[in-house]
Amino acid sequence: MDVTALLISMGSMGGLGAMFSAGLSIANKKLHVDEDPRIEQVKNALPGANCGGCGFPGCAKFAGEVVLDDVEISDCTVATQSEIDEIAEIMGVEVEAAERKIARVMCQGGTYETAVKADYAGIESCLAANLMSGGDKLCEYGCLGFGECVDACQFGAMYMDDNGLPVVIEDKCNGCGNCVGACPRNVIEMHPESDKLFVLCKNFDDPKTSRQLCTKACIGCQICVRAVEDGQMYMEDNLAYVNYDQYGKEAKLPTDRCPTECLVVLDGNEEAAEPTAIQEKAA
Amino acid sequence: MKFPTFSKGIHPSDHKEFTNTKSIEFMPLPNEVFIPVQQHIGAPDEPIVDRKDEVKTGQVIGRSDKYVSSPVHSPVTGKVKKINNFLHPMGSKVKMIQIQRTGEDDWELLKHPEDWESASIDDLRQLVWDAGIVGLGGAAFPTHVKLAPPEEKPIDSFILNGCECEPYLTSDHRAMVEMTDKILTGMSIIMKVLGVENGYIGIEDNKPDAVEAMNERVQNLNLDFKVMALETKYPQGAEKMLIMSVLDRKVPTGGLPMDVGTVVNNVGTAMAVAEAVTEGKPLVQRVVTITGDGISEPKNVLARIGTPLQSLVDFAGGLSEETAQVFMGGPMMGMALHDLSVPVIKASSGIICSTESRVKKMQSYPCIQCGACVDACPMNLVSTRLAKFSENKQIDAMEDYGIDSCVECGSCAFVCPSYIPLVQWIRVGKYRVNESRNKQAA
Repeated sequence: MDVTALLISMGSMGGLGAMFSAGLSIANKKLHVDEDPRIEQVKNALPGANCGGCGFPGCAKFAGEVVLDDVEISDCTVATQSEIDEIAEIMGVEVEAAERKIARVMCQGGTYETAVKADYAGIESCLAANLMSGGDKLCEYGCLGFGECVDACQFGAMYMDDNGLPVVIEDKCNGCGNCVGACPRNVIEMHPESDKLFVLCKNFDDPKTSRQLCTKACIGCQICVRAVEDGQMYMEDNLAYVNYDQYGKEAKLPTDRCPTECLVVLDGNEEAAEPTAIQEKAA
Repeated sequence: MKFPTFSKGIHPSDHKEFTNTKSIEFMPLPNEVFIPVQQHIGAPDEPIVDRKDEVKTGQVIGRSDKYVSSPVHSPVTGKVKKINNFLHPMGSKVKMIQIQRTGEDDWELLKHPEDWESASIDDLRQLVWDAGIVGLGGAAFPTHVKLAPPEEKPIDSFILNGCECEPYLTSDHRAMVEMTDKILTGMSIIMKVLGVENGYIGIEDNKPDAVEAMNERVQNLNLDFKVMALETKYPQGAEKMLIMSVLDRKVPTGGLPMDVGTVVNNVGTAMAVAEAVTEGKPLVQRVVTITGDGISEPKNVLARIGTPLQSLVDFAGGLSEETAQVFMGGPMMGMALHDLSVPVIKASSGIICSTESRVKKMQSYPCIQCGACVDACPMNLVSTRLAKFSENKQIDAMEDYGIDSCVECGSCAFVCPSYIPLVQWIRVGKYRVNESRNKQAA
C-alpha cells in the first residue's frame, strides 16, 4: 500500500478537524450568552415535576421567570417549605409561603347516589361523554365518573373509588390544579388547606328535581344557612355556599343537620386511615 | 343509467320502505307545547312574553336583535304557562316557553305582499327573517343570512336539496310528491331574492316518484329549473357533496357554498318560505317522519313545533315493547333520546324507533390500518389519524390533518371494522382545537 496516500488523508482530515475545532472554539467565545447562574441554581432547587401548575411550561421556564421576571417563588405549589427557603436564599429575598391548596371534588354523586338516564356506550372519557348529551347520569352538573382528573394528576394523589368518584389523597396533593383543568364540568375546586367545611354539590336545579337526580344533592333547603350566623353561608341558585372569609376555618357547624349529607367537613385523615387496594396501587 | 355524484361516501340500507308511500297526515293540535328559545345557529332569542300571557298562533314569543338569529313563534293559540329550563333533544336543559293551548288556531299572520313577484327583495328577505325560517335539513342556520350573500361573492346558482340521504327519513320525499307547487313557489322566491337564473333540484334516485312529480310540475308551470336525479349515496345531501354532484364545483377548505357562487336550501325550507311569503304564516310546523320497526304505525306527519315527542309517538300508535332506542334526526347524524318529553324543534326531521335487534352494542378494537375510513370519507380526511390525535390531545396535528373540514357525517365510523367511535373522537378533537384557539386569542 502506498504510505503517502495514508499520510495525505491523515493530514487533510486532521487539518480539517483542527480548522473546525478552532472555528467552534472561537464561536463559543464570541457567541457566548451570559446566563444568570442563579437560573440553574433555582432550577435545581425546584421539585422538577414539570407539572405546569405555576402556569409555565416547566420548571426550567419557571426558574427563568423567577430570576428575570420577578415571578413569585410561591407560585410553585409543589415545592416544599425547605425548597422555597432554598430558592429564597439563592434569590436573596424573603418569601412568605402561600397557604397550601388542596383539590376538592365538589360532588358526591357516585354510582350509588345518582339516577341514570340511559346506557352510555361511547368513549370512556369525561369530555367525550359531556359533549355527547352529558353522559349517563341525569345530573347535569355532577361528576361524570370516567376519571379524566385521575389521569391528569401527575403525583398519584387521586384515585377512583368503588363508587365511581375521584378521591384526593390530601397528603399527596400538591395543588398544581391539573385536575381542575381536566374536568369538563368544573367539579373540582382548589381550596386552601384551612378550609374544612364544604357543600359538596354543584347542582343548581330546583329542590324537587335535584332530589330526584341524586340522594346527596344540595336541595336548597336552607337549613345550614339558617343555622349559622348571618353571612357565614349563603344561598344562590338553589345551592348553598360557605363564605370562607367569615367562616369555615374551624368547622363547628352541626353538619349532621344537612338532610342530604352534602354539607361535609373534610379533614384529610379519613383516607389516610384506611387505604384501599386502589389507593395502595396508586401509591 | 349512471347518475351524477361525488366521490367516496357509503351505501347504507335506506329503510325508507316504512313510510315512503304514506301521505303526510295532519297531527291534531297538541294540548301543550314547549318552544326552546334557541332553535337556530347564532345568538339565542330572549322571550318577549310573560307567564299567563295570551298568545295567538304565529305570534312572536322570542327574538333577538342580532343579525344571525331567528325569532320563534307560538305554534298554538293559548296561554303561556311557564318559562323555564326543560329538557332539549340534545340532552341538556335549555330555556323553553311552555304554552297551554286554549282553543283552535287564531292566526296572527305576518304582513305579506299580495303578489310576491312584484315585492321588493329586501321586503321578502325581511319576511323570511320575521317568519323565523331556518335551514330545515338539520343544521338550522338562519335562512335570511344565507339569502344575503356579500357583494364580493356573486351567486350564480341555486340548488334545492331534495336528497334526503339519511336512511329512514321520508319527510322531504313526501313533501316533494304532495306539496310540489308550494316547494317550487318557495324556490322561485328564494331565487328572486338571490337574483339567480340557474335553479337545480337535486334528488336521490331512490325517490323516482319525487323526481317525476317535480319534473312534471316544472314543465307544467313553465319554470326553468333543472331536476337532477343523483346517485343514492350517503351523504349526498351534505351541502358540499351536493354542489360537487350537481355543479362539479369544489367548495374550498374552510369555505362556504357562496365561495363557489352557490346557495343550497332544503325542500322543507323552500316550503316554509312559500308559506311565509304567500300566506304570511311563520314557521310553526314541519313535516316529521316517525318511523322504524319499534313504532306501531310509521307515518309522516305535519306537526307543530314544540309538540312533545310522546304525543307524536302516541299519534303513531305508540312504541312496541321491544323498542330499545329512539333517535331524533337520521340514524347517521341524529341524537339518541332518553326521554320522550322533549319537543319537536325546527331541526327535527324524523323520529326513529328501533328495536333491540337493530341496536348494536359494539365494543371497539384497535385500528388495523385498513384504510376503510379513508375510502369512505367524502371530505378526503384520514379519520383514524384524527381520532388518534384527538385521543392524544395533539392540537397542531389535528389542525394539519384538516379536522375543521369534517362534516361529522359518520361515514367513517359506519365502515370501521374495528367499531372505533371515530366521529365522537373527532368531535372531542374539534372541541379541544377550539378551546386552544380561544385560549390563544385571549
